[in-house]
Amino acid sequence: MRAWVLGDNVDTDVLAPGRYMKLPVEAIAVHCLESLRPDFPREVRSGDFVVAGRNFGTGSSREQAPAALKHLGVAAVIAESFAGLFYRNALNLGLPALVCAAAREIRDGERLAIDFGDATISTPRGSLRFEPIPPHLLAMVRDGGLLPHLEKRLKGNA
Amino acid sequence: MKQTLAQKLVARAAGRSSVTPGEIVTCKVDLAMMHDSGGPRRVKPMLERLRAKVWDPSKVVVITDHYLPEYDEESRRIVRSARDWVREAGIASFHDAQGICHVVLPERGHLRPGMFAVGGDSHSTTGGAFAAYMFGIGATEMVGVLVTGEIWLKVPETIVMEFAGKFAPGTSAKDAMLHLISRFGLDGGQYQVVEYRGDAIRSLPMQERMTLCNMTAELGGQTGLIASDAVTEQFLKTNIDIWESDSDAPLLAHHRFDAADIAPQVAAPHSPANTRPVDDFKGIEVNLAYIGACTGAKLEDLRMAARILEGKRSRIRLLVAPASLRDQQAADAEGVLKILLDAGAELLPNACGMCAGYGERQLDAGTVAISTTARNFQGRMGSPEAQVFLASPYTVAASAVAGRICDPRALLA
Repeated sequence: MRAWVLGDNVDTDVLAPGRYMKLPVEAIAVHCLESLRPDFPREVRSGDFVVAGRNFGTGSSREQAPAALKHLGVAAVIAESFAGLFYRNALNLGLPALVCAAAREIRDGERLAIDFGDATISTPRGSLRFEPIPPHLLAMVRDGGLLPHLEKRLKGNA
Repeated sequence: MKQTLAQKLVARAAGRSSVTPGEIVTCKVDLAMMHDSGGPRRVKPMLERLRAKVWDPSKVVVITDHYLPEYDEESRRIVRSARDWVREAGIASFHDAQGICHVVLPERGHLRPGMFAVGGDSHSTTGGAFAAYMFGIGATEMVGVLVTGEIWLKVPETIVMEFAGKFAPGTSAKDAMLHLISRFGLDGGQYQVVEYRGDAIRSLPMQERMTLCNMTAELGGQTGLIASDAVTEQFLKTNIDIWESDSDAPLLAHHRFDAADIAPQVAAPHSPANTRPVDDFKGIEVNLAYIGACTGAKLEDLRMAARILEGKRSRIRLLVAPASLRDQQAADAEGVLKILLDAGAELLPNACGMCAGYGERQLDAGTVAISTTARNFQGRMGSPEAQVFLASPYTVAASAVAGRICDPRALLA
């Protein structure tokens, strides 16, 4: 599905603005990225991708930032690099955060497809590699995030 | 094997004699701190889903600060959920309406050098000033900690920021951090550890050291660290262990500065990385001065503002939200609070207040603010049209007196 291309240092205050943080994620999500891209929360479709430059998700520990993207149906965030806290939060929620050195080559509106097995992103103009999910997080990501992963682990112990 | 302070702290928590940067380890958590926003209201439903209990209630600290004072049904519900949950979960360390978590935590003696701690807030890096490895995590990861008592970590490299000499009058830790963020960027810390060293750091009081580690979040480090010493011991009022890097431990980078070269700094809207020396912004009119937050309203911050404001009046609206009740009481006892009030300051509750834009008071579209807080991302403190400049308590106070951005050194005769 289509790529929504953003710049560097997209922060958690534009992903999940503080004035809506008291509300449930579905109410926060309708304001996600609205100050950068007013059309984004209205027009993003399930399966779309958010593509960005350096340090995506800089700022707060608020998990509502990746949760809002996930709620809107974003299939993955592809960026040159991520803020460390956002990266952990995204994977913990089961939202793939893919580090791709060539993320800047992707153009807004392009249709993308991701092959997790090959760690490649196909674009209309060729294929880009992303860094595979680190091995120690693979099982958690496969389970759909930390909570289902813990659920499985606790059941296993019982 | 020569180890950095970060490696030593992580190795202890991982039950190892040494660790190597880049390896993945599992650490035992000595302390988990949560506030009302990312804490009980979020973790309780997840713990219930897992039918799990807190691994060790004596290692959990809950502090209310984000939605205080309550102002509507949602905020009342959020704070109430914190108050109810600490009872249900048997959490004895609960500080309700005592101030901002990062300031209250060490103030109430919860942190010690050598500890490994997590906090449900990005500014949890503040704890690194006590030579404790403390960093921020999200609510789901907090549930992982609450259930298992453990967390994974990629052993960090260390970037040393060494400040020789002494900071000049009218400059502070805030100026040093804004300078570093402008030079290295919001991802300059590369999610590694940033360790602050040098004579200028050694001579800083504890709360100024906390500002360095606090704003390591904006510099993009996983946390900031400062070796423990006599200043740490004096603040904590108890015997402590000395935790420090081996002098020749390998580093990712070692940057050296002369503290006296750091001029007052100002970050323009909408990023802390838009920082330049105050001279570049001199004369820009502002209509609100905000002295608040864990970054900028601790007792030391209030003292700095008072040094500027003594015998003067603010020409613009000046809001002061002391970072903790104890700091406010200390400021009152030593006359600092009276100076601020005599200058026309309006006193706000000891809470996060306008900094994160969670509360009732928000900046409106016409506001041009100068603030002691850590972040000026678009829309953070209210309207996306509001303009927020970041600066030290000295510079914010001086700008309040002038009604425009002003070099505080001109007012420190």
